[in-house]
Amino acid sequence: MTPLTETGWLGPSGALGAALAIGFAFGWFLERGGLGSAPKLAGQFYLTDLTVFKVMFSALLTAMLGAFWLDRLGVLRLDLVYLPETFLVPQALGGLLFGAGFLVAGLCPGTSCVAAATGRRDGLAVIGGMLLGVLVFNLVFDWVAPLYSATPLGAVRLTDLVGVPYGAGVATVAAMALAGFVVTGRIERGRA
Amino acid sequence: MSRPARPYTDPYLAGVGIGLVLLGAYVVVGQGLGASGAFASVVASATAAVQGPANAKLSAAVAPYLPYGVASPLQDWLVVELAGVMLGGFASAWAAGRVRRTTERGAALAVGQRLLAAGGGGLLMGIGAKFARGCTSGQALSGGALLSVGSWTFIATCFAAGYALAPVARRLWR
Repeated sequence: MTPLTETGWLGPSGALGAALAIGFAFGWFLERGGLGSAPKLAGQFYLTDLTVFKVMFSALLTAMLGAFWLDRLGVLRLDLVYLPETFLVPQALGGLLFGAGFLVAGLCPGTSCVAAATGRRDGLAVIGGMLLGVLVFNLVFDWVAPLYSATPLGAVRLTDLVGVPYGAGVATVAAMALAGFVVTGRIERGRA
Repeated sequence: MSRPARPYTDPYLAGVGIGLVLLGAYVVVGQGLGASGAFASVVASATAAVQGPANAKLSAAVAPYLPYGVASPLQDWLVVELAGVMLGGFASAWAAGRVRRTTERGAALAVGQRLLAAGGGGLLMGIGAKFARGCTSGQALSGGALLSVGSWTFIATCFAAGYALAPVARRLWR
């Protein structure tokens, strides 16, 4: 039964070892897909390169379906996997700021590390900017704390909100992702 | 480094690979992938090194990232994971002849302008990821695959802002 850390099979030092291996594989596949290159990522916003959408949603689809079925088969207890808490307004605002920054930087936090590790100085600059951004946030935290902790909904899934079974949500998201892949193909053929 | 760079893997294949890694993280450690949390951890430790752990812990923004005091980054799961990301990214690029000492940018930008834009974009993402409680990895991917409401809110607003501002930022990527 898994998660291994939650069922007592893996201690804290084992988890740290796993962190290095998991990170290594994550970085490997990010670079394989071309996500260490800023102009490639920025192309998503101009529909000239749709790699970001393809990588992101095929990853999301794989993990979502995998977790759903492993739970069904009794291998993984999905209720023990960490579900981030929702704070609706600050997360919407954070997404807007983040999206603007992503467009300008052409890299996100994880991919900036891949870019920097493969020799790209712009990746290093994004890392520097991120660290500065976190520092700025920490310095003004007392003023923004009410906004930061506004509209807490708890650890809640889309399916809880709508009131349908989890499987129905998984099927809907899967259908949406597949439709997105079809549209992606149309856009690419339209350009070719 | 002068070896010809091999082409990238098909994005769908790379995506399935990342999805399996994320699934592995759920199974092994009961949590998803992350990146921005590691940055917060590094900043908190630097703050503790400068101000002393006792003073740093007075800040409600810093304290959650200092469970072990100054030396915490090496014990922080996300920091170790992100170190792995850098190693893995380098290994993949090295194997494919894609390691390049360069500054990637749109054709209209000078190197200095690009670095400034990259730093500015990073600054916005640093603040945004704090409000969102995660980034493309921890929030969009890891929470999104579990259908978290906040994660999908983040995905929607992130892409909305990117597409809304793209025409204004065209010069950066032309």
